[in-house]
Amino acid sequence: MKNPVTQVTLKNGMKVMLREIHTAPIISSWIWYRVGSRDEPTGKTGISHWTEHMMFKGTKKFPSKVLDKAISRDGGRWNASTSRDSTRYYETMPAGKIDLALRLEADRMQNSNFDKKEVESERTVIISEREGSENEPTFRLSEAVQHAAFRVHPYHHDIIGDKADLRSITRDDLYTHYRTYYVPGNAVLSIAGDFETKSMLKRIRELYERIPSGPKPTRLIRPEPEQHGELRLSVEGPGETAFTQIAYRFPNATHPDYFPLQVLESLLNGASGLSYKTARLYRALVDREFAVDVSGWSESTIDPYLYRITITHRPDRKPEQAVAVLDDEIKKLQDHHVPDEEIQRAVKQARAVFAYGSENITHQAFWMGYTSMFSDYSWYTTYLKKLARVTPKDIQRVAQTYFQPRSRVIGSYVPKGKVA
Amino acid sequence: MAKFIAKPVKSSLPSPEDVLEVKLPNGITVLARSNFNSPAISFGGYLPAGSIFESDEKLGLADFVATSLMRGTQTRTFDEIYNELESVGASMGFDSGVHNTNFGGRALVEDLPLLLKLLAESLQTPTFPADEIERLRTQLLTGLALREQDTSDMADLTFEQLLYDAHPYGRPNDGYVETIQSITRKDMKEFHRHHFGPRGMVLAIVGAIHPKKAVEEVERYLGGWQVPGQKEAPPLPPLKPIRKTKKRHHTIKGKAQSDLIVGVIGPNRKSPDFMAASLGNSVLGQFGMMGRIGDVVRERSGLAYYAYSSLHAGTGPGSWEVIAGVNPANVSKALGLIEKELIRFVKSGVTKEELADSQAHYVGRLPLSLESNSGVISAILNIHRHQLGMDYYQRYESLVRNVTRDDVVAVARKYIDPDRLVIATAGP
Repeated sequence: MKNPVTQVTLKNGMKVMLREIHTAPIISSWIWYRVGSRDEPTGKTGISHWTEHMMFKGTKKFPSKVLDKAISRDGGRWNASTSRDSTRYYETMPAGKIDLALRLEADRMQNSNFDKKEVESERTVIISEREGSENEPTFRLSEAVQHAAFRVHPYHHDIIGDKADLRSITRDDLYTHYRTYYVPGNAVLSIAGDFETKSMLKRIRELYERIPSGPKPTRLIRPEPEQHGELRLSVEGPGETAFTQIAYRFPNATHPDYFPLQVLESLLNGASGLSYKTARLYRALVDREFAVDVSGWSESTIDPYLYRITITHRPDRKPEQAVAVLDDEIKKLQDHHVPDEEIQRAVKQARAVFAYGSENITHQAFWMGYTSMFSDYSWYTTYLKKLARVTPKDIQRVAQTYFQPRSRVIGSYVPKGKVA
Repeated sequence: MAKFIAKPVKSSLPSPEDVLEVKLPNGITVLARSNFNSPAISFGGYLPAGSIFESDEKLGLADFVATSLMRGTQTRTFDEIYNELESVGASMGFDSGVHNTNFGGRALVEDLPLLLKLLAESLQTPTFPADEIERLRTQLLTGLALREQDTSDMADLTFEQLLYDAHPYGRPNDGYVETIQSITRKDMKEFHRHHFGPRGMVLAIVGAIHPKKAVEEVERYLGGWQVPGQKEAPPLPPLKPIRKTKKRHHTIKGKAQSDLIVGVIGPNRKSPDFMAASLGNSVLGQFGMMGRIGDVVRERSGLAYYAYSSLHAGTGPGSWEVIAGVNPANVSKALGLIEKELIRFVKSGVTKEELADSQAHYVGRLPLSLESNSGVISAILNIHRHQLGMDYYQRYESLVRNVTRDDVVAVARKYIDPDRLVIATAGP
């Protein structure tokens, strides 16, 4: 690789990943905590995401508005997000200004306020965020499918959490969550951009190494039992358009079958970030007028998760017809070897997507930390090689293993028109 | 603090020295700039074939035509076009606005000739195959059915109708169910014949290629395009002023959240008021956590996940809007808070500190906004479209720093009258 990554673990257990890229006077710094909706028991759903919101409410040293203004004034961009497996915060700054981000993250790892009044005001903000999502038929459908797919595993609930919990979680719940998971041994700092590694590392040590390591948090483990039989459900709501979501179970991101499944996904739904009008499902469903659109996605997760295909139905066709066509397409993959060229095509698509990503320093810093949440950075650097090694036989085998009706969930959105 | 090796910021900004601008004999303007940091290339551009040419009965025609261009050409079918693109991880697409049909795409640099070949074919020889058009029509109608259920889209549509009234800016580019149903293949072919041509077309290419070479490639594929009789766009009609506050609610039942927009007519991009309005808008509803609006509606009242203001300044009269998504029970409360902020903004403008913060932000954010190829493309197309001068980014800092508090309060008062607002809401 052109720009090597320096990886260091500080004395308190915090992992640091640094990659110099001198293409633009920009540095992007990400801090990752190993906690997400996967770690939330019933009654506390949404607490990781809510904690993420509270991290913007300030510390004594950086009161909320000071914090906000300081980053923006320096021409920086910052944000945060919560996923199933992790919570992450980033600042991308003009290179000379990155010190602010480093100081800020070191401070808010330990000293965030969690003021009671702010907690209450954020409660309604998050409920409002959820209500915005509830306006979307596909959110309602996705959430129901996810609930059905996971009875035991905490992937059961959506990241935003259930309203019942958003109403009942207390300030102390949030603070406990913060103190438990926001410790150096549970964190990864990934930085890419226009800096010199030695001096950057020195500065990181100054700011972070003295933070007490604290007890290592245990993560929630509740494996999902095997599914025995297809699950079907329906969600009713306003509108004229019907949707179907079909969820198959995919292995976790470090499973050897993950890569053949990535190629298979690319054949069915196109490569992530590109148009997908010649993907197998688009040709079969949209070109042949069984549906208006079909898209699909999987996620790279710690535990086995889902690959979901969403069909937007035509008003003049029955949803079952489209699902039958989907089944035919999957059967083809199970019965026949795909041509080698189709695999090569998927590899070239992935290579292009990687090249587009390399234009962006924020993106580069993201991938270092992101892959550390479920594997390590070599997962990213060897990705294209692993795709290229996939054979037609692998594709057939994973199609047979993972695309069985008995382990899928099919959800229908039934539009009820302009409801009263 | 540690010492970081930083290049001077100015080196990364587009300038007349590194953006090559060439007008081909047939009227196409090509803008090209190198970026060898990644092996990729992006392009973007437009030509003057927008919805301004369509009648009320055929609303959505320009958009329908734009989305049909890649559905089949004299040499390739829809599937063949996309197969060529997707096989190499490239992408390309068209859409339309009031003035222009826009296009854009990206590829690995080795595939630039492929992109340009497909762009040239799609622009010059689309065939609008009947079966593809009908398939697309069903997709567009489904899009309209989903729009009808989307509180944000419907608040926006209602707002523009109220704000612009009969002006072309008040019409939705994607039309209505009945207008999309009424558009024929013949309409599409005629629209294409009359309005698609090289005159007024602008194409920007940024990526791992020398600018001269990029221009040569464009000339090879598009230099021979001639369209005698390409029609000129009609001038924009005058806009009716807003005489008193206008308010309209669009009902969508069964929704958990309502969307609201409060706004006025704003300056166009070339207006000398633009920079002061833009900085004022930053204070009002952008800077930090969505400015003063975010502070009042989200941070202090907990009413909304998003509440911000936005200045849309283009060729014609722009709009200056405050937007929020709130629980249906909180619409009035949120509107009250927003109106109060607008009154304060018009009365007292911005503080010295607020203005300085936004000015610093505007100058400081440049390296980030111009980091990717697509960021540079949108910047240089904007410069060209609004005749800002290719040295715009060399003058940018002084343009920003020269804005005073008096300038901001003057534009606030010129455009925002709290007794003459347009208020649109959509939800239960």
